[in-house]
Amino acid sequence: MAKRKKLNTTQQKYQQIVKKTNPKPNLVFNCLLAFISGGLVCIVGQLLIDFYAWAMKLPPEKASNPAVATLILMGALLTGLGYFDKLAHYAGAGLAVPVTGFANSMVSSALEFKREGYIMGIGSKMFMLAGSVITYGVVTAFFVGLFRAVLK
Amino acid sequence: MYLKAFLVGGTICLIGQVIYDATKLTMGHILTGMVIVGGVLGGFGVYEKLIKFAGAGASMPIISFGNSLAEGAIREADTTGIVGVLTGMFELTSTGITAAIVFGFLVAVIFNPKG
Repeated sequence: MAKRKKLNTTQQKYQQIVKKTNPKPNLVFNCLLAFISGGLVCIVGQLLIDFYAWAMKLPPEKASNPAVATLILMGALLTGLGYFDKLAHYAGAGLAVPVTGFANSMVSSALEFKREGYIMGIGSKMFMLAGSVITYGVVTAFFVGLFRAVLK
Repeated sequence: MYLKAFLVGGTICLIGQVIYDATKLTMGHILTGMVIVGGVLGGFGVYEKLIKFAGAGASMPIISFGNSLAEGAIREADTTGIVGVLTGMFELTSTGITAAIVFGFLVAVIFNPKG
């Protein structure tokens, strides 16, 4: 009993040391970087929308489809080349919240489990992180849609 | 439009970063939460107005994915009845999902994990 109590106090001391020495994330700086990088990704998205609207003669709401696909391709390629993590280290949510983050989560988990093979690794582990986004999105949208359809 | 896209898109990412830094939630939790928020906002038709206002600033963040799911389900339900909730669900999001699967697969096959 005494031994256990002693362990607890050392644990507490350890926690205090960890708290002191752990570099506190610079909240303001992180947020500024996320704001700027997220804004830049959206500007790239807007450029792509305008480009596809002009090149394919699409209305803007249709042109966002190929724009989203292009951003996903960029996110996937950056992940494959190993640059995404380096950028995300600074950009944080600025890269994770736009669709680029969705692409990154799929490619990074697929690559992580690549050694388990093409079926059990890439094929099934690809959705390890993105799966929850799709699941909760679809379940929410299902009930929202049902609600609206019944209320009508 | 570019300024609006920058400001709105940046603000959404900023919110994500604040939640990430202030709580112990992982990015996966935050993205999932954002999709749920998007689905609910889509149900009220609020997010569509934000997309009209800010363009890519609203349509590139993941909230838009939840919005598009709900939007597709509601739109299809309006025209074909209650089954439309099932058939219309992926109508607007199929680009994102298809692109993510195909490009994600190809990249994962071509490249090898770094580090």
